Amino acid sequence: MENKLHISVSPHLHRKRTTTGIMLEVIIALLPTTIAGVVIFGLRALAVIGVCVASAVISELLFNLILKKKQTIKDLSCVVTGLLLALNLPANAPLWQCAVGSVFAIIVVKCIFGGIGKNIVNPAITARVFMLVAFGSLAKTAFPVGMDATAGATPLVSETTPDIMDLLLGKTGGCIGETCAIALLIGGVYLLIRKVISWHIPVAFIGTVFIFSFFVKDFSVSEALVQVLSGGLLIGAIFMATDYTTSPSTALGKVVFGVGAGLITALIRFWGIYPEGVSFGILLMNILNPYICSLTARKLFGGGKK
Amino acid sequence: MEEFDPKITIKKKFSITRKVGFNKMAFSLKGIKVPHRKNTAGSEVKRMVIDNTITLPMIMHIGAPAVPVVKAGDHVDVGTLVAKAGEGLSSPIYSGVSGSVVGISDVVISNGRKVPAIKIDSDGEMTVDESIAPPVINDRQSLVGAIKDSGVVGLGGAGFPTYVKFNTDKEIDYLIVNCAECEPYITSDTYTMLERADEIAYAIDILLKHVNIKNVIIGIEKNKGKAIDKMKEIASKNSKISVKVLPSVYPTGGEKVLVYRTTGRVIKEGKLPADVGCIVCNCTTLATLGKYFKTGMPLVEKCVTVDGSAIENPQNVIVPIGIAIKDVFEFTGGFKSEPAKVLYGGPMMGISVPSLDEPVLKQTNALLAFNEKDAKQGEETACIQCGTCIRNCPFGINVTEIARAVSKGEYDRLEKLGVGICMECGCCAYNCPANRPLVQMHKLAKISLREWKEKEAKA
Repeated sequence: MENKLHISVSPHLHRKRTTTGIMLEVIIALLPTTIAGVVIFGLRALAVIGVCVASAVISELLFNLILKKKQTIKDLSCVVTGLLLALNLPANAPLWQCAVGSVFAIIVVKCIFGGIGKNIVNPAITARVFMLVAFGSLAKTAFPVGMDATAGATPLVSETTPDIMDLLLGKTGGCIGETCAIALLIGGVYLLIRKVISWHIPVAFIGTVFIFSFFVKDFSVSEALVQVLSGGLLIGAIFMATDYTTSPSTALGKVVFGVGAGLITALIRFWGIYPEGVSFGILLMNILNPYICSLTARKLFGGGKK
Repeated sequence: MEEFDPKITIKKKFSITRKVGFNKMAFSLKGIKVPHRKNTAGSEVKRMVIDNTITLPMIMHIGAPAVPVVKAGDHVDVGTLVAKAGEGLSSPIYSGVSGSVVGISDVVISNGRKVPAIKIDSDGEMTVDESIAPPVINDRQSLVGAIKDSGVVGLGGAGFPTYVKFNTDKEIDYLIVNCAECEPYITSDTYTMLERADEIAYAIDILLKHVNIKNVIIGIEKNKGKAIDKMKEIASKNSKISVKVLPSVYPTGGEKVLVYRTTGRVIKEGKLPADVGCIVCNCTTLATLGKYFKTGMPLVEKCVTVDGSAIENPQNVIVPIGIAIKDVFEFTGGFKSEPAKVLYGGPMMGISVPSLDEPVLKQTNALLAFNEKDAKQGEETACIQCGTCIRNCPFGINVTEIARAVSKGEYDRLEKLGVGICMECGCCAYNCPANRPLVQMHKLAKISLREWKEKEAKA
C-alpha cells in the first residue's frame, strides 16, 4: 500500500475549470447567435456553419496525425474557431471557400505557430480577412429570408438610417452571426457571468466606437447606436477580441487593447475603403498585443529597488 | 502614542502614485477564494496516549541538524532533552513520550535529505520529566535563550527557529500574531485560539516585557467566528494589543501578505519582516512559548487536523511529535476509502508524503488524506495565455514568462521577472485551466537561477 501514494508538488487542490470547459462555455455562449443566424438566414447558413466547423476539426485532426503530435481536437478550440469563422461569413458564401478559409485558420494561423495558445493572431479573424482579400466573397451580402435584396447593402453603407429594433433582432443584411444584437448580448452576458471573459475589452471596444461615432455623426445618439449595433462590432468585441491568446491579460492592457481596436474600427468605417473595420481593428491590435502586455505588466510586490 | 493606521498610509500612497501615472498605481494585493472546508473547527479535541515507537528526525526546522545527546537504552520521559541544538541556526529536540531509546538511525526526510533520527519506544505511561521547571527570564538575552531552549520553531509550517526573530537590538514596531489560517481544512490554529488563549496572552506579556515591541497586532481571518472574540478579549487587556480582522482570502497567512494587510508595509524581495520593523509569529508558536514560560514544558506535542476525503472521522487530535502518521490515522478511526495522497499541511502548500511510516514533525499542523479521485492530477495541456495565473498572483508575478524563461535558459531574465518574490502559494496553479505545474516550474526556476548565479560568480 505504501508505494501507492501519489507524490506531487503543491497545490494539491485545483479549481475545476479546464481548457475544454472554457471552450465549451464559449460554444454555449455562441448558441443563441447560431440559432438566430439559422432562423434569419435559413438552412444555407447551417450549411456554412457545418462546413466551417467540420473542416476546422478535420484539418487539426489530420495536422496532428501527420506530424505525429499529441491529438488536441478534444480541447474544442478548433470547433470555436470554425464556428466563429462561419458566423462571420455571409450565408451565401460558396461552401468551398468556407472550407478553404477554415483550413487556413487552423493550419496556417494556429497549428504552424505551435497550436493552441501559440498563435499570434486570432485564427477566425485572420481567416476572414484572408477570405475578404482572396475571394472578395464577403463583399456580397446575404439577406434575411424573405427580405428584398434590393433594399440595400449592409446597414453600414446604406443611405437611410436603419431601425434600431431591426438591428437588435437581426432583420438586416450581413454575416450569419453579426446581425442579431440581442443574441450576441445574451452570449456576452453569459460569458461575463461565467467569468470566462472580463468586461474590459468589450466595453472599451464598443465604448470607443460609440463615442467616436457620436462625435463624427454630429452628436446623434441614435446614429452612434446604429454604429454599435450594426456590422461585426458586437461579435468582434465580445467573442473575437477577448480571445485569451491574442489579447492582454491585465485589466489596463485590456482597456488599451479595446480602445485601440475601437479607434481602428471607427477610422476604417468612416474613412477607409472597406465598409467594416472590426476585423482589421482586432487583427492590428493582436499584432501589438506583446507590446501592450509588456507596457501594462502588473507591478511586482516588493520588486525593483532593494 | 501616535496611532498608525495602515488604511491612511495606503490612501496616501495611492494619491501620490496616481499623479505619476495610471500604470504606477499603488499595489493592489490579490488573493483567491478557495473552498474553506473547515469541517473540524470547534470539534472536540482528543489527546492521543500511545505505546508505539516515535521517530524524531534531527531536522524538523530550517537550519543545521540537532545533535543527539542520548544513546540506545537510555530512559527518557516526556520533556527530556534528546538532542541539543546544532551549530548556528538550529533547534533542540525533546521526547514526547516516556520510554527507552531504541537507537539512532538514518531516515530520509521529505526534501530527500538523509538525516539521523532518534527512535524511542514508548512505555505508554507518559511520565513527565521531573527536572522540568519554568525558565528564569530576566532580560532579552535570557528570553532569547529560553525561546531557543523551548525547541519552538515556526509552527505554522515553515519551521524557522523562533528565537532568531527576537534576537535583535532593533526597535520592533509590530509583533504580528498570525491567526489567519487561510489554508482549507486546517483548524488546529483555531483550536489554539479557542482553548489556549491564556497561553497566547502570557507569551505576549513576557515578550512585551523583555523585547522592545511597540505594538502587537493579531491578524485573523473573518471566518474564525468565536476565535475572533477570544483574541479581542486578549486585546482588551492591553492597549498595545489590537485585533485586525482580515478578509477571508487565500493566502492571507503568507508572511509578506499578512504584514502588508496589517501594517501596509511592503517587504522587498529577499528581505525579512525584521527589515520593515515587524516580527510575525504564528499563534500556536506563541501558545507553545506561553506554556514553556509558564511551566517549562518544551515543544513535545502538536494539535493536528486530520481530514480529507479518505478520512472516516475528521477531527483535531493532540499527538506527540514523532508519532508515525499511520498511528494517528488509526487512532482517529482510520480511512473510509484507500488513501491515494497524504499531506503534511494544507492542500495549497502542503507536502505530499511518500509513506504512512513518516513521523509527525514539529511544524506539522494537519494530516490530510485524499482518495484516488481527489489525488489524481488533471492532464497537463498547452498554455492558452488566459492570464489567470498572472491576475491571481498575490505579488503580481508574470508566471507564464517565468516558465518561458526557464525553458529557454534565460536566467538573467528570471531575476528581472522577480521569481525570488514567489512564495509558492499556488494561487496560479490552482486556477490554471491547462493544469500546468506552475509552482513546480517556479521551484525549478529558483534553483536554476541560483545555480546560474554560482556559475557566473566563479567565471
